[in-house]
Amino acid sequence: MKKFEYVIKDKLGIHARPAGIIVKEATKFSSSIIMQKGEKSIDAKKIFALMSLGVKNADSISITCEGEDEEAARDSMENILNTNL
Amino acid sequence: MEILKGKSVFNGVAIGKILFLKKETGKIKRVKVENTTAEADRFELARQKAIEQLGELYEKALAEVGETSAMIFQVHQMMLEDQDYIDSIKNIIQTQKVNAEYAVGVTGDNFTKMFLNMDDDYMKERAADVKDITERIIRVFNNEDNKIETDEPVIIAAEDLAPSETIQLDKSKILSFITRKGSINSHTVILARSMNIPAIICIGDELKEEYDGKSAIIDGFTGTIYIDPDAKVKEEMLNKKKQEEERKALLLDFKGKENITKDGQKINIYANIGNSSDIGEVLKNDAGGIGLFRSEFLYLEKNTFPTEEEQFNVYKYVAESMAGKKVIIRTMDIGADKQIDYFNLPKEENPAMGYRAIRICLTQKDIFKTQLSAIYRASSYGNISIMFPMIISVEEVKEIKDIIKEVKKELNEIGIKYNQDIELGIMIETPAAVMISDLLAKEVDFFSIGTNDLTQYTIAIDRQNSKLDKFYDPHHLAILRMIQMVTENAHKNGIWVGICGELASDITLTEMFLKMGIDELSVASNLVLELRRKVRETDVEILKSLASQSVPSYL
Repeated sequence: MKKFEYVIKDKLGIHARPAGIIVKEATKFSSSIIMQKGEKSIDAKKIFALMSLGVKNADSISITCEGEDEEAARDSMENILNTNL
Repeated sequence: MEILKGKSVFNGVAIGKILFLKKETGKIKRVKVENTTAEADRFELARQKAIEQLGELYEKALAEVGETSAMIFQVHQMMLEDQDYIDSIKNIIQTQKVNAEYAVGVTGDNFTKMFLNMDDDYMKERAADVKDITERIIRVFNNEDNKIETDEPVIIAAEDLAPSETIQLDKSKILSFITRKGSINSHTVILARSMNIPAIICIGDELKEEYDGKSAIIDGFTGTIYIDPDAKVKEEMLNKKKQEEERKALLLDFKGKENITKDGQKINIYANIGNSSDIGEVLKNDAGGIGLFRSEFLYLEKNTFPTEEEQFNVYKYVAESMAGKKVIIRTMDIGADKQIDYFNLPKEENPAMGYRAIRICLTQKDIFKTQLSAIYRASSYGNISIMFPMIISVEEVKEIKDIIKEVKKELNEIGIKYNQDIELGIMIETPAAVMISDLLAKEVDFFSIGTNDLTQYTIAIDRQNSKLDKFYDPHHLAILRMIQMVTENAHKNGIWVGICGELASDITLTEMFLKMGIDELSVASNLVLELRRKVRETDVEILKSLASQSVPSYL
């Protein structure tokens, strides 16, 4: 299991476009990728769930990757968040 | 006859029938079904078809407007592939024994509510996306097409037009745009300008859907819309349209003529281009050269960095097509509002003041050197100049020159010929560059004033924000003084100066620019002849004797 935390810098938070980018990237991996904000956690491969999480600017989220390619998944998700959010 | 008023954003008269782009679909009926498996299969087929349509739209949008705007179609695809969404629909079909349309509608409503209940205005707007995909599937069930179904050209009326909608429109069938909302910098406006058709925005709720199919006249000169015009208005407007057409025809008389004032002062009138396919318009309108070749499109059109060879071919083509006339290539201005995924630019709080343009080039020098090398190679095929965007210091210019030396050395080593003395210029688009223009002028061969960014940075107004429209004064004295200062500093140091921003085509400022002694104006191709006429009608000597016409001095 690989886990990391991230604080959102984008003004709009995880809006439609970055949500699309995250899902697109997450579905490339066989590992499960779970995003957690506060109490709530969702499957980062599902766009509606991701958007319903309502992640905003300055929110702290954590990502947990678990499975065969968890390391690559973690690196890739970190990169995607750094570049887009 | 009814008369509506709005804000005109492009002149002209259009006469035709209104086509209101409606977004809602008809009522969905609830029908009992026995074979729920067959019904679920029906949904599956429609879903696949909708995904396929979105894929086509994505490709089309990618080619026409770029990755950022096209992304919305991929998001819609993902929504249709979302397991929770699919499960909900199939579940409703099976448990309630109902038709697929109804299940899609109910699920759509539920997901819409989820967004509407979020305490985030931006996410509330996502309800529109859910509505959009629901409607797409319903249309597939009904075998409906989203294209404009008309043989004759129409006036497009809408709430507002998003890039995702305009991409679907058949441009040859559009006479005019009229919208309830919009801002002067919205997509509708840009599209109308590029298509040369009248457009009126901010009409409000007066623009009713029931006008769909009615005859109307759009007067883009006054921002007036006549619904079911009476005979008198019709005649009046037909006359106005005729006059406008005559005026355009008259402009053709100015083809082949010099850009010279009555008292013999000359000025160069060049064209701005954003793509090599714009060359046709440049030649058709008899521009004296290309004053701003926005090279970004080479990067925006691709999914990965364009190679030196690809760039070289484009620059060579443009240089050859212009047959010895000047072609000023601006090195890539990526960043700010032009984002590209493969650049992997970090997210910024304030992109307009962030990592963009020359700042990227001086950091990721490989990208810069590839472009410079391609330009230098193409320089043997025509009259190419280079200019650099977003300059704020003399040091930057010196660093650029050092990089150019390296590029030249590498070309020498492999024995490629190029023009040794390409003219090098800089964009003056930051207040910093204005204030040190005396020092910068000693380092370069020319200045080109980019008034759009310069205005934004000087009066601290974000042009995308429609709330600020009333504060936005393109003729702000601060800007006019800056232009004068830059011109004086350029001429004192023996270099030429041009303007390539929107102000260049502002006919109300042409006299002032001539008086300042601006050497070049670079404008959209379709405005070249209009500007030439204005220049030929002006007498600078007479203007100079009128003190009221000058910019109040900054000294």
